[in-house]
Order: sequence, then C-alpha cells, then structure tokens
Amino acid sequence: MKSLEELKQIRERMKDKVALREGANDTRIVVGMATCGIAAGARPVLNAFVEQVNSQGLAESVTVTQTGCIGMCRYEPIVEVFQSDKERVTYIKVTPEMAERIVREHIKGGRPIVEYTIGAAEK
Amino acid sequence: MKELSLNILDIAQNSIKAGASLVDIRLNESGDLLQIEIEDDGCGMSEELLRRVTDPFSTSRTTRKVGMGLPLFKLAAEQTGGRLDIASTEGKGTLVRAVFNRGHIDCAPLGDIVGTIIALVQGSPDIDFVFRHSRGDKAAELDTRLMREALGGEVPLNEPDVLTWAKESLMDQYYNMS
Repeated sequence: MKSLEELKQIRERMKDKVALREGANDTRIVVGMATCGIAAGARPVLNAFVEQVNSQGLAESVTVTQTGCIGMCRYEPIVEVFQSDKERVTYIKVTPEMAERIVREHIKGGRPIVEYTIGAAEK
Repeated sequence: MKELSLNILDIAQNSIKAGASLVDIRLNESGDLLQIEIEDDGCGMSEELLRRVTDPFSTSRTTRKVGMGLPLFKLAAEQTGGRLDIASTEGKGTLVRAVFNRGHIDCAPLGDIVGTIIALVQGSPDIDFVFRHSRGDKAAELDTRLMREALGGEVPLNEPDVLTWAKESLMDQYYNMS
C-alpha cells in the first residue's frame, strides 16, 4: 500500500527543483477536455502526454494543461502545442500512440509532425 | 460516452467551472446497483437553470447554446432503468446523483476510473478532490487534502511523481478490492 510518507520523500526530493522551475516552462501542451473531447478519447491522450513528458525527461521545461471546447468538435481529441518563439501547432484526432511520437519528434526534436496537424486534414 | 468514468470526468469538470474548492466523488456498489454521486461547493444553480439543465439545448456556456454533459449522464442512467437527480443551491453547491442497474444489458462499464481521477487532479491541482469507491466493506479512496498536507505546499499536486503516487495508490487499493 502506498503511504503518505512516500509523498513526504517526493517533497524533499522535488521542492528545490520545483522552486527553480517557476517561469522556466517555455512549452505548453494543451489538451481539449470538454464533453466533446472526453467522448472522443481525450482522457487517455492527456494521461499519455503527462507520462511521456515525464518519461522522456522533459518535465522541467514542458507543462501539460487542459482546456475546454476548442470549437472544432469533429476533430477531437485536439491537442495544441504552444512554444514561446514559434507558431502554435494544432494536432487533431490524437491517440495515445501519437502522443509518444509528438513528444519525441516535436517537443524534444523540434520537428512538428505535419501529417497529424489540422492543416494536413483540411487540404 | 463509452464508460461511466468518462461521464464522471465530464460532470466533475462542471464542478470545477462552477468555482468549487472541494469536489467529492462517491461510488457505492450494492448488489446490482451502482450509485454515483458528484458533490461540489461551487456556485450552484438557480431553480430556473436547474429545471432545464438536463435538456441538451441548455448550457451555461456563452459560445454555443447546447450542453450535452448532464443529458448524456442522465441517458446513461435511465437506459439501465436507473435515474439521475440533481440538487443545487445558489452560492452553496451542487449534488449530482445517478443510480445504475449494472445487471442491465445497456449499462456502460465503469471503465478507467483511476484515469479519470488522475486527469482531474492533473488539470486542477489547486482544487481538492475526495474520491471514495465502496463495495460492501471494501473501498478505494484518495483525498488530495491529505496529499497536499504531506507535500506542505512546496510541491504541486500535478507534479508527475505525485500523480504517479496517486495512480499507484488507487491501483493497489483496487487490486485489494478484487
């Protein structure tokens, strides 16, 4: 059974890192989590992004957040990537498997995956 | 919605939007009946809104005139021979209670309830969630107020290691329930 004692250990291990991180996050991954997104499968996609950002060692510079309906329900699950010096990238019909690749190639590697974007779908 | 846990995630998002500081999610299984309650201390609803809130052509949002969350949850309950009730007081909060007959062929599976709780904590780390799923004398539970106290305000609840702890804590408890 997990104990609250383990959380106290996490606190000791992480508190200095968390304090340093304030304001350092330059990448935001935003997952649409309104009724439309949830029904289309956004929950496992969100949890996949959280896990991938952590397991690929990006937790210091990347935040994963949730938003409401983006207004294009037919394309859900929708994920938007915001980076301070770049244009927003909108991914559509995202799956947990795509999340792994988006984190690896786009967030880590700097190359957006064009075929997953809304631009590719609307051509 | 393919899973009741997705409805729960969706309804709890209403509580968050209502400005709740505490969201209490309770699941209780007794025989074939599953009761799901989602209670918050958010802004509540007027009697007028409460009357029409399970109508799909009613929503608190201003960008569009339909809201499907509560109607879908009501449908999910009623198609099993169950029901959905809402009690709400303006300025006090809202309680949504749904009862499902799990033996009914049209009852959706509960699905990944742990994934729902983790998604809620991840998305709203400054709100407290109390979750308890009981079946007979067994239960799985998570209380972010206790987690917050252990973290002493120095580490947020959406820190990946903290979310992993919460997920594993719930999964261990579910393992012991089965």
